[in-house]
Amino acid sequence: MNINTFFDEMRTSTGSVRRLYQPFAEWLSGTDHAQLMQKSREAEMLFRRVGITFNVYGDEAGAERLIPFDVVPRILAATEWRVLSAGVIQRVTALNAFLNDLYHDQEIIKAGIVPASILENEMYRPEMQGVDVPGGIYAHIAGVDIVRTAENEFYVLEDNLRTPSGVSYMLEDRKMMMRLFPELFRRYAVAPVEHYPQVLLNNLRAVAQPGVYDPTVVLLTPGAYNSAYFEHAFLAQQMGIELVEGQDLFCKDNAVFMRTTEGPKRIDVIYRRIDDDFLDPLSFREDSMLGVPGLVSVYRNGGVTLANAIGTGVADDKSTYTFVPDMIRFYLGEEPILSNVPTYKLENPDDRNYVLEHLAELVVKEVQGSGGYGMLVGPTASKQQIEDFRARILAEPDNYIAQPTLALSTCPTLVEEGVAPRHVDLRPFVLSGKTVTLVPGGLCRVAMREGSLVVNSSQGGGTKDTWVLNGDAPC
Amino acid sequence: MLSRTADHLYWMARYIERAENMARVLDVTYRMSLVANSAYDETARWKPPVQIADDIEAFEKNYSGYTAVNVIRFMALDERNPSSIVSALNSARENARAVRVAMSSEMWETVNALWLELRQRIRLGLNEADISEFCDWVKSRSHLFRGVTFGTMLRDDSYKFVRLGSFVERADNTARLLDAKYQLLLPAVEAPEGQVDYYEWSSLLRSVSAFEAYQKVFRDTIEPWKVAELLVLRDDMPRSLHACYDELAPILEQLCRQRGRECLRLAGENHARLHYGRMADIFNIGLHQFLQDFILRNNALGAEIQRAFLNGPE
Repeated sequence: MNINTFFDEMRTSTGSVRRLYQPFAEWLSGTDHAQLMQKSREAEMLFRRVGITFNVYGDEAGAERLIPFDVVPRILAATEWRVLSAGVIQRVTALNAFLNDLYHDQEIIKAGIVPASILENEMYRPEMQGVDVPGGIYAHIAGVDIVRTAENEFYVLEDNLRTPSGVSYMLEDRKMMMRLFPELFRRYAVAPVEHYPQVLLNNLRAVAQPGVYDPTVVLLTPGAYNSAYFEHAFLAQQMGIELVEGQDLFCKDNAVFMRTTEGPKRIDVIYRRIDDDFLDPLSFREDSMLGVPGLVSVYRNGGVTLANAIGTGVADDKSTYTFVPDMIRFYLGEEPILSNVPTYKLENPDDRNYVLEHLAELVVKEVQGSGGYGMLVGPTASKQQIEDFRARILAEPDNYIAQPTLALSTCPTLVEEGVAPRHVDLRPFVLSGKTVTLVPGGLCRVAMREGSLVVNSSQGGGTKDTWVLNGDAPC
Repeated sequence: MLSRTADHLYWMARYIERAENMARVLDVTYRMSLVANSAYDETARWKPPVQIADDIEAFEKNYSGYTAVNVIRFMALDERNPSSIVSALNSARENARAVRVAMSSEMWETVNALWLELRQRIRLGLNEADISEFCDWVKSRSHLFRGVTFGTMLRDDSYKFVRLGSFVERADNTARLLDAKYQLLLPAVEAPEGQVDYYEWSSLLRSVSAFEAYQKVFRDTIEPWKVAELLVLRDDMPRSLHACYDELAPILEQLCRQRGRECLRLAGENHARLHYGRMADIFNIGLHQFLQDFILRNNALGAEIQRAFLNGPE
C-alpha cells in the first residue's frame, strides 16, 4: 500500500500544508530534530517519574512500560468536532436505549430489527432482565473508536461500553504538551479537557439510587497489577474518591460497605473498572479474588449503583455493532451521523465465502476480542498467518467478523528519522448521567511502526494529544 | 479512610524508616572498620549489623563469614534478605504504588524516583568505594521523603498513619542499635577509667545523628551511660525512644475515637516509662534487659495498631 493514498491530517495530496496546521508547520520548521528528540526524552523521563506506566500481559511479573508519547499533536477544527461529538452522543444515546429495551420489553426484537438470537450472546446477562437501573443508563462511560479515511469521512470502528480505558492519557498528554511546548498554545486556541474528572464525578453522583442525598462514590480497581492501574489511581485522585479493591468491600443487609479505620462505611455508587465476570464470585466466576461476594444481589435489589451497569458487553460486541445504525433509527428516529464500517459476519455463509476468498484484503477480528489481540490485518499479514486464520474461521465461524481494511488517516509523528506520517485513530469519551456529554478531545492512538494500522498500546501503539480548536482556524 | 489504605501508608513509612536506619548502621560500621587501631576483629565488627536486623540465621545460611563485603552485600543489596535496604525500599514502593491516591503527588513521585534510581544502582553494582555514598543517598532520600510528607500532605488520618509507621519503626530501630552496641562495648565499660573507646561511642552517636547533640547537651567526654540516656530518655533528641513516644502518644489519642483503646493504653504505658523513668533505675535492671523489654512492648503496640486499624473490621 502506498502511503500517499492515505488521507494525511497535515498535508494535502499535493504536499501543501492544510490551513489548520500552518502555524504548527511553521513552528516545526524552526525547531530542529535534535531539539524535538530532547523534548521527547524529557517527556519520557517525566512520565516515568510520575509512574504513568502500564503492565503488559504476558511480560515478566511487575514489568512496567511506558506508552510512547508523541510530541506532535493531532488537530481538529471546531466544525469537524461538532460533527464527531454530535455523532457519538447520538450513538451512545441509542446504545443506552437499546440496553434498557433489551433488559426490559425487547421491543427491538419484537420489531424484527435485532434477531432474538442476541439473547444467546455470552455477553447478554440474564441476571439483568427486568432490573431497573437509575435513569435507565447502562453505559455511563463509553469510549467510541473513530477513524478517518478522507476529509469528511469518519467511521466508527467500535463502541467500548464495558470499562473503556485511556482517558488518563488524554489528560496527561495535554498536561505534558503544555509543559513542553507552551509557545504552541499561544498560536492555537485549544479547547480545554481538564474538567473531565469533574464531569465524570457529577455524572456518577447523579446516578445514585433515588433518595440518596449525598452519595458516596468509589472507584473499584482490580489492583496495582492491572494494566490500567495508573489510570484508576489517577481518576480516583482527581475526583477525590476512594480507590478500593474487592477486599475492601463487603455486602450486608442489602447494602455495600467499605472497611475503614473508623468502621464500615456505606457506598452508593461504584465506578467499577473490573469486568462483569470478576465482580461477584457468588454470581459469576467463583474463582474471582477481585470481586465482592453478594454484590450482584445487592445491585439487582437497588442497594447500590454500578457504572457501567452489568451486561453492557452485549451492546459493544462486534456482532451487535452492525445493528447500531438501525438502533439509532429505531429509538431516536434519526439518521446516523457517523457511519459504521461495512462488516461481514462469518456465521453467514455468503459473507463467509466472500471473506475466505479475500482474506488478504480484509481485517478479521474476534467477536469479543479487544486490545488488538486475535486479529488479522490481511494486507500486512504473512501467507502463514492468513492460512492460520482461515483454519480458525472454519473451526468457529461465528466467533469472527471481517471488515475492509480501512485507509486510516495519517498524522505527522516524531520518529528516529524525523517527522513522518503514521496512522492514527481517536477515542472520545462519552459521559452519560443527567445529560450525555463529552469534553472536546479524546485519546489519539498512533501506530508507531511505519505502515502499521494497529494502534493498540498492547501492540506498540503510542498516544498523541488531540487538539480541538475553539474555531476553524488557528488564532 | 480505608483500612487497607492506612495499612499501606503505615508500612510504606516503616520500610523507608527501616532502610534509613539500616543505612546508618552500615555506614558507621564501615567507617569504623577503617580506623586503624581498632580492638575488634572483623567478625566482632560486622556481626552487630546483622544482629540488629535479627537476621543471623539467614545470613549464616547464605554467607561464609562476617566480612565487610559479605555483610554489606547481605544488608544493602541482597533481595533475598527481607530486611536489606533494597528489600525495604522495594516494599516501601510497592506499598506506595498501591495507595498513590492517598498521598500527595509529590510524595508518590519521591518514592517512585527513589525506586527508579535504586534499580539503576543495582544494575551498576556496589563497590567498596561506593558504600558511604550509597548510605548517604539512602539517608538523604529518606530525609527528602520526610520533608515532602511534612510539606505537602494533607493533615488527615492518612498523615497520622504515615507518622505512626515512622515512629514505631524508629523506636524499634534505635532500641536495637543501642542494645547491640552496648553488648559489644560492655567489657570496655567495666575496664579501668579512660579506656572507653571514644571512637566506638562517637560512632554510635553519629549513626543516629546525635554526636553534635551530645556535645551540646553534656559538654563532656563521651560516657556510655550518658549515651544511653541521650538515646533513651532525652525527649529533645529526635531519634530517642522518648521522642518517638512523644510523637506516637498524641497521634493515637486523635485516632482512637471509638476504636483502639488498647493501642492508647499500650502507648501511654510505654510513654510513661520513658517520661517518668530514671537512668539509674534502668541501669539497675540492666540496660540490655530494659531494651529487650522495650522492643517487646513496642512490638505489642505495633501488633495492636495492626489489629485495631489496619486489618479492617468485619
